[in-house]
Amino acid sequence: MTLKSVSDGDKPVGVIGAGNFGTVVANLLARQRKVLLYARDEHAVQRIHDTRENRGHPIHDNVVPTNDLSSLAQQCDVIFPIVPSSHFRLMMKQLSPHIHPYHILIHGTKGFDVKLAPGQTIDMMPTLDRSMVKTISEVIQEESVAVRVGCLAGPNLSRELAAGHPAATVIASHFNEVVTMGKRLLRNEHFQVYGNNDIVGVELAGVLKNIIAIAAGALSGMGYGENAKGLLVSRGIVEMIYLGRALGGNTKAFLGVAGIGDLVTTCNSSLSRNFTIGYRLAQGETLQEILASTDEIAEGINTVKIAKKCADHYKVRAPITSTIYQVLFENMTVKQGLEYLMRYPLNVDIDFLEQ
Amino acid sequence: MEVAEKKNKNKPYKPILDGIPDWPVYQLSKNRKEFIEEVALKAFNEIKKNRPMTKQLMDELEATVYREQQRMKRNRWRVDPADEPRFWGNIKEELVALSGKEEDELQGKADELLLRIVSRYSNEIAGNFKANSYRLTREIVKFWFARLLNGARVKKFGAFFRNRYTLRDKIQIVGKVKQLRTLAKEGTVVMVPTHSSNLDSILIGWIIHSLGLPAFIYGAGLNLFNIKIFAYFMNSLGAFKVDRRKKNVPYLETLKFYSMLAVQKGAHSIFFPGGTRSRSGMIENHLKLGLLNSTIEAQRNLYMDTPPGEEVRKIFIVPVTLNYHFVLEAPDLIDEYLSSKGQDRYLPEQDKYGSWQLIQFLFKFFTKGSNISVSIGNGLDVIGNYVDDHGNSLDTQGRIIDTRDYFISNGDITVDKQREDEYTRILSQKIVSEYHRINRIFASHMVAFVAFEMWQKKHPKLDLFGLLRLPEEDQVLQYEEFRKTCKRVRKQIYSLKEQGKVYHATHLKGNIDLVIRHGLDNVGIFHLKRPLLMNKDGNIITKDFNTLFFYHNRLVGYDLEKCI
Repeated sequence: MTLKSVSDGDKPVGVIGAGNFGTVVANLLARQRKVLLYARDEHAVQRIHDTRENRGHPIHDNVVPTNDLSSLAQQCDVIFPIVPSSHFRLMMKQLSPHIHPYHILIHGTKGFDVKLAPGQTIDMMPTLDRSMVKTISEVIQEESVAVRVGCLAGPNLSRELAAGHPAATVIASHFNEVVTMGKRLLRNEHFQVYGNNDIVGVELAGVLKNIIAIAAGALSGMGYGENAKGLLVSRGIVEMIYLGRALGGNTKAFLGVAGIGDLVTTCNSSLSRNFTIGYRLAQGETLQEILASTDEIAEGINTVKIAKKCADHYKVRAPITSTIYQVLFENMTVKQGLEYLMRYPLNVDIDFLEQ
Repeated sequence: MEVAEKKNKNKPYKPILDGIPDWPVYQLSKNRKEFIEEVALKAFNEIKKNRPMTKQLMDELEATVYREQQRMKRNRWRVDPADEPRFWGNIKEELVALSGKEEDELQGKADELLLRIVSRYSNEIAGNFKANSYRLTREIVKFWFARLLNGARVKKFGAFFRNRYTLRDKIQIVGKVKQLRTLAKEGTVVMVPTHSSNLDSILIGWIIHSLGLPAFIYGAGLNLFNIKIFAYFMNSLGAFKVDRRKKNVPYLETLKFYSMLAVQKGAHSIFFPGGTRSRSGMIENHLKLGLLNSTIEAQRNLYMDTPPGEEVRKIFIVPVTLNYHFVLEAPDLIDEYLSSKGQDRYLPEQDKYGSWQLIQFLFKFFTKGSNISVSIGNGLDVIGNYVDDHGNSLDTQGRIIDTRDYFISNGDITVDKQREDEYTRILSQKIVSEYHRINRIFASHMVAFVAFEMWQKKHPKLDLFGLLRLPEEDQVLQYEEFRKTCKRVRKQIYSLKEQGKVYHATHLKGNIDLVIRHGLDNVGIFHLKRPLLMNKDGNIITKDFNTLFFYHNRLVGYDLEKCI
């Protein structure tokens, strides 16, 4: 591939976003390289620096916290932006002047970006189409000259990764060099890394599974057991595939680590934020109450809203998504939602493989 | 013509380089022999690199000989050299004699055969630019075009020798002309026009001359050299020959290195990235990636090979759209398109037009009112970023990008085929979207589009093929309804123009009845069966649904269907 076998020298790797997952990724990378970890908040940088701890994770010695995007981009050829989707575009606008075409950006954000005309909000739009809804890799390419863009997706619960339990991830990119670089930087004896070249498919799988995760939490909150979950996971993947295809992904990405792998994990994990929201909804709390009591961002809530409006636009049948939408935003109870789904007439098991 | 086309400014452009000896293409032709050898050698090395085993090389040679002999048996052309059968016969004999030989001996002999083959191909492909012949052709064309124009248009005795009209009145050149001229001085230009007619090559040749640019080289289909007039033009314009019958690896590699090295040496080039004339009449939306890819490779080589401190010659991609009211070959093109879509079978390229048909067409073109417009797009770098007037690549925010950075990994320029394949994809998408953006809509395109879509809407249950067989009594559109729809579509075209998504000819403005009249008078004007007409009752009819579909297709891709 490359003429020179890349002796990457000692260039540090950048991580943007010192949230839960960002911190864990920084620690993973720190096993191989010096890592610059960017946090927006100066106090957080100082605190990480002083305490060598962030969000309950001890910080690896190789990780240096920083508040300077420009110097991070200057020092690092490889950058992992891991910030919530709602802030992603803004962050890219700030980072963009410092990015050159040789940079490799591998993001780890599982959400959509919505770009509307000034004055419009998502709630005003009856439906959304693909010109308004962007995946994160598309945001990166729109806002900067970066072309070697990749994404990191898969069953990666921060706490388990931090504890060194065996796990796997997918690095997806159109560029083989990005996949190779991602593998080289992340792989270790507990952590398997797979490559995929359908970046949009992998991104969509990672985003859409959050919807099903909320539903899984709700089932669990209702006290239902494993039969119900099996039903949900299998019907959930079908729905994800249909939605994903409408939005420009291939079926294959959904059947891999970033699709089924991630879905199974999230639907079984009470550690997952999206799962927790579903669980508490089923316990009778309202969305407002839940949001008021947590400072972490659950990407799933926004994703439900966006996916539902996309499904309406592209006329995709997405019963789980629209039911969750009604539970979240239209005062349907979880019990009513479930009754509706159980009466749903469609009963073909698998119909996405023919074609 | 009722609707006057805005008068062309018609100012002549000064040549950007004074004498022909300064032209890159001249330099190339002066060192023709060395260049051909270099091409052959590079192709030879590349083929060898990909076939490290002697057996692989032997297989390739055998396949090549087999294919060439099949081609000669089945599909020989007038232009094919007479010594061809002998050459391939000899190669075959020598190949056969090799069977059973030792590995060492085999390898040496196989190499020798391969080199002979690629050298022959390289000679076949090479253009033969001759300054004198170029000048002569240029003068002949100018002289006769002027005679035709003035003789036909100025109705006075002796008009034949007047110079009131020039070709510039017939062919409007719009867009980034000034930038193109600067870029051709600052770097190497690769012009990528849309392709709908065999006339395109000559048209482009003329445009390049009239913009004061040095001659460009381009790959012309060898089939065109069967037509004598074309052969003469092409040879004198510096065309190299592309033989689409030859699909064997040694040929394709040689061809690739020919165009790549020419660009790398600074010869401005043209190629039609659609690969062949657009059969459907649509603006190209799938490009051939091979030549785009070699352009990217040429740029990377320039970055790698230029000694530090020297300025690297940049390569600029310039998309161009050619817009016609009338495409000579439209009925045949659309026939081919439809039959290949209708039933999946291969259709060989046929050219039914000899020199005589061409002269007839030219005469009609000059004597009747049918204009051509050429839109020159903004220059792009090899990744598809816009460049400014000095050739700097710009990002979407207008910041300057160093194109070299695209080839850098860990601080050094690296060769990464897969990366460049992706760049090719990005570049080709950009070119397609630029085509749509700089396309210039004519009234004739609009009326064809509206009429076809209205018929489609009236018969929602019919698929394309059903619609094309619509019974004659249904082939009438009420004028009033047609007029209203045209108005709606025109409004949408205006709004697209506001958003910078397309251009339109000035004749599209003004009284809608006159615009429709202009469109009807011009759409497919010289076809035996006119695609769109007004009948005695003043309603809209068609005499040829297929060609109507062809002209309609020019506006596919703008989502104008929703206005019908």
